[in-house]
Amino acid sequence: MKPLALTHFTATSCIGRGVTETLRSLLEGRSGLTPCAFETVRLETHVGEVPGVDEMSLPPELARFDSRNNRLALLGLSADGFMEAVSACAARLGGGRVGLFLGTSTSGMLETEIAYRRRDATGALPARFDYAATHNSYSLAAFTQRVLGIEGPSAVICTACSSSAKAFASARRMIEAGLIDAAVVGGVDSLCLTTLYGFHSLQLVSRNPCRPFDAARDGISIGEAAAFALLERPSGAPGTILLTGIGESSDAYHMSSPHPEGLGAQTAMRQALETAALGPQDIDYVNLHGTGTPSNDSAEARAVSAVFGSGIAGSSTKGATGHTLGAAGALEAVLCALALRQGFAPGGVNTTETDPTVGFEYLRENRRWPLARVLSNSFGFGGSNCSLVLQRAD
Amino acid sequence: MTSISLSAYIGGIGLIGPGLPDWRSARDVLSGERSYCPAPTVLPPVEALPAAERRRTGATVRLALAVAQQAVNDAGADAAALKTVFTSSGGDGAICHEICATLASEDRQLSPTRFHNSVHNAAAGYWGIAMKATASSTALCAFDGSFGAGLIEAMTIAAVDGTPALLVAYETGYPEPLNGKRPLPDAFGVALLVDPHLPPRPRITITLTDAAADRMPQPPLEALRAAIPAARSLPLLRRLARGENGIATLDYLERRIQVEVSGCL
Repeated sequence: MKPLALTHFTATSCIGRGVTETLRSLLEGRSGLTPCAFETVRLETHVGEVPGVDEMSLPPELARFDSRNNRLALLGLSADGFMEAVSACAARLGGGRVGLFLGTSTSGMLETEIAYRRRDATGALPARFDYAATHNSYSLAAFTQRVLGIEGPSAVICTACSSSAKAFASARRMIEAGLIDAAVVGGVDSLCLTTLYGFHSLQLVSRNPCRPFDAARDGISIGEAAAFALLERPSGAPGTILLTGIGESSDAYHMSSPHPEGLGAQTAMRQALETAALGPQDIDYVNLHGTGTPSNDSAEARAVSAVFGSGIAGSSTKGATGHTLGAAGALEAVLCALALRQGFAPGGVNTTETDPTVGFEYLRENRRWPLARVLSNSFGFGGSNCSLVLQRAD
Repeated sequence: MTSISLSAYIGGIGLIGPGLPDWRSARDVLSGERSYCPAPTVLPPVEALPAAERRRTGATVRLALAVAQQAVNDAGADAAALKTVFTSSGGDGAICHEICATLASEDRQLSPTRFHNSVHNAAAGYWGIAMKATASSTALCAFDGSFGAGLIEAMTIAAVDGTPALLVAYETGYPEPLNGKRPLPDAFGVALLVDPHLPPRPRITITLTDAAADRMPQPPLEALRAAIPAARSLPLLRRLARGENGIATLDYLERRIQVEVSGCL
């Protein structure tokens, strides 16, 4: 594939608002997971809640889009001069030439959950509840497009936990086809009762802060995040972070369990390497999907070993951020971009004893390292897999 | 202004809607050979899924898999090898309602099956399981522009990857009280297999336009087109049913998609 540059990027999660705070947390090895006190949730678990989301207010002309998810989107878009960078790009290229591809799993579902508690005697939802602008998955893109003032083709990708990794794939195809010259890609997913109680019903949630790839791991911690990148054709400037490879596959195995050997994951990683014209030995570090459930991490460990052998190093950053579901792909792409830019591989926090069956080096501590090329994995329910290759331009 | 266009051949079509049990009968109605008789949409069971999986599927998965299967059969394609684009404005409305009702009750215990079936890509996941299809698959939402967003995605796969892509657009709507906020009259699904290398089939070329969307000449079909995002495809399907070259303009988001049909004999 023709490489694309991440000319601007930003991330907001429980470890920081914007890349400076996020980087500081990563360098300090800090986890943002805290005991769950979210809304009316009564579950013994930890979550990665972003502070300040409730205090965020939307511009009056966009008031109908008011939802926790869109507030989080605005919080994320406001960091790191991202909005200004997109405005400048749109002014240069024309707003109709800038596309928008965002991932989410639950969008503004929380607003519907709350509206259901407020049904009237006839069972009707409150008059002020606005389905299209809050609940519907596309409300995230409709809102973001208005905030950014861009008018190109747009879509929301909802492939569960691979959603915002696959947003890069849709944007790349559209740029390569010539329909657009640049794209804002990203993911926004916010805490809601459906995912907290839903993952709990599947017995996939840990009581403790999640410990990906630990011998005693026992489930995920759910987080929330907003992460965005502006993708453009590269200018050739050294140090630019480039997207050079994308792999997408389907497990065709089970709705909520991964293939035990991670066959679909292997296909996605191999295809990402192939599209980047790289071999496994060219990758320095893998940012693992690493959710912290026993079966997911085992399947991914087998898949990574099958593709890269034992010489690769990897870690999951979900011990720090929690599993941000539909935002995880974009969040972890931004974390990889920071790692490439700063020259370090982030260690997986919370993990104290690496699962002895893991056949490669699982990093538990940060390592100073002039990384050149990294791969990031995102896998979702329904067996949807996506791997991205990011590298630093020489 | 975007002036780039993308082209592909139409390899196969599937359709299920109110009074339209399959593409064959829909073609007769859309071409004017037979008059349209409105009737509630009938969803067939998913024969391709193993019994255990079949029991777990709701209306949305049944609809999406049935139209996808029709298009694959129409094309004589190998479903296992196809890339897929699933697009819907809302996913499974019945499951969404049940989850919200449970979470609003005293006992918030959710059914695990219901939860994993609530994901927007459930139909894509079940299609993969049913067909042993391991190629890439995506699931999109663009509210009322969901058909157009899916069409653009499928056409860029055909153009950039140089491979066929199966587009599946479907809506089943919500029960009350969500139906009051998002009324959709009935279930409607359409599937198109777009293929970059398949003459002498009809060919479509898409580009964005500011022209108004085409309406359907028959009022009940126009009502469907206007009410259901997947039925925004009807002006294109009408041309294909009639074997008529020319332009169909379809609703998308702020703009429209101009679809030029050529190669009809």
